[in-house]
Amino acid sequence: MPDLGKYAEAVLSSYAVSIVLLLVLVWLSVRRAKRIKRQLQDVESKVKKHG
Amino acid sequence: MSANSIWEYANPKKFIQTTDRVLPWISVLAVVSLVVGLIWGFFFTPDDYRQGSTVKIIYLHVPSALMAINAWLMMLVASLVWIVRRHHVSALAARAAAPVGAMMTVIALATGAIWGQPMWGTWWAWDPRLTSFLILFLFYLGYIALWEAIENDDTAADLTSILCLVGSVFALLSRYAVNFWNQGLHQGASLSLDKEENVADVFYYPLLVCIAGFVLLFIALVFLRTQTEIRARRMRALLARERMG
Amino acid sequence: MIALLIRDLRLAMRAGGGFGLGLAFFLIVVTLVPFGVGPQSELLARIASGILWLGALLACLLSLDRIFALDWEDGSLDLLATAPLPMEAVVSVKALAHWLTTGLPLVLSTPLFGLLLSLPQAGYGPLVLSLMLGTPALSVIGTFGAALTVGLKRGGLLLSLLVLPLYVPTLIFGAEMARRGAEGLTYSTPLLMLAGITCGTIALLPFASAAVLKVNLR
Repeated sequence: MPDLGKYAEAVLSSYAVSIVLLLVLVWLSVRRAKRIKRQLQDVESKVKKHG
Repeated sequence: MSANSIWEYANPKKFIQTTDRVLPWISVLAVVSLVVGLIWGFFFTPDDYRQGSTVKIIYLHVPSALMAINAWLMMLVASLVWIVRRHHVSALAARAAAPVGAMMTVIALATGAIWGQPMWGTWWAWDPRLTSFLILFLFYLGYIALWEAIENDDTAADLTSILCLVGSVFALLSRYAVNFWNQGLHQGASLSLDKEENVADVFYYPLLVCIAGFVLLFIALVFLRTQTEIRARRMRALLARERMG
Repeated sequence: MIALLIRDLRLAMRAGGGFGLGLAFFLIVVTLVPFGVGPQSELLARIASGILWLGALLACLLSLDRIFALDWEDGSLDLLATAPLPMEAVVSVKALAHWLTTGLPLVLSTPLFGLLLSLPQAGYGPLVLSLMLGTPALSVIGTFGAALTVGLKRGGLLLSLLVLPLYVPTLIFGAEMARRGAEGLTYSTPLLMLAGITCGTIALLPFASAAVLKVNLR
């Protein structure tokens, strides 16, 4: 751990905020990607059965 | 048309196939360069003689600010492609990029505020650059909201792409207006082709790695989200057809 | 074209909408400001020009969704689309009608509201001039926003979200000009910029609005 001096709070909090925000963005994107992919498969198989 | 023309990827199926192949590589590269760049910047660079350790925030602030602007530029290009050539993938890519760009704007604003607190003695100042970014964020919000509000995909693509064009002009105008309105506290550009104006080398190389990481992360996210939008669109079309038949 | 303008104006008068409502809204804003910031006349004098600009802008925003809403509902917009008149002209006339019913009354009444906010003597000329130059741009930009959201059921809030960022440059130069005027400084630079923005939007934005409207009528 480097010595951050009196600004430790600012540096650490900005890293924390940014990394959390990036992770949230990635997580939301991946979750939605998976969900839509699954739903599309469901719909496609249903459509095939019908027609 | 030649076999490896870029327009080939305008075919949604082809786009999904290709991006499926390259997406793991880009994601891994993005994560590696982000981890390397941020660790390099955080642990192995000296403090600045004026800013102390807060200089380390640069590795998040500058790349996210860059990507906030570049994401809008990418949306502008994608919108133009949609208007001129009417490739659906292009319109959907613009839609996919907007939330990523908005998030980058938030990160740039947040890290800037946290840095400004000890350095300028205030979380927020109505400085031209800060104000422009806030306005850019509002443009992102309006763009996303318009996409969400319209049900018909083609209408939404047309309207949002025109909004993107008009918005770009007004965002640029706002930038100059804000400059005129208030002289700022913000320092000049951290990066430029002119070597003299650059930040010192010790900060420069890890910063480049971080920027590469952010760019790759942006590309990976846009690919993934565009795939999602293509699938969602296909699903809506299938459901609509089933209801009809 | 002129027939369309007259029709729009008559509709606005009869519906009692834009005309009175915008002004009443403006009056309320001006009345509420002293309650919010305190009655000291030095403070009010400092912020008067900015408040009046904001009030005018919000009053303008409030009446935007009426530009196309009525015509959309009763189908006359579809008729206008098939008429020989180009869409760009329709859009420009609509913007002009909106400005005549909302912007112009606001401009003419600001001296009165300036009294309420103890605007300094020197400020009246530049304020009225800046509003006179700026409000047409507000109407034209607003028409673009209204065209974007015309088909939507609850477009009002979205309309504000879309239009307000587009208002930023106009507001900055207009309010800056009024402020400099009130403080007795020279204001030719913001005046030229404001005039430039207004001319630019009037010349170019109707094309975008018309394109958007055609998409919505498809």
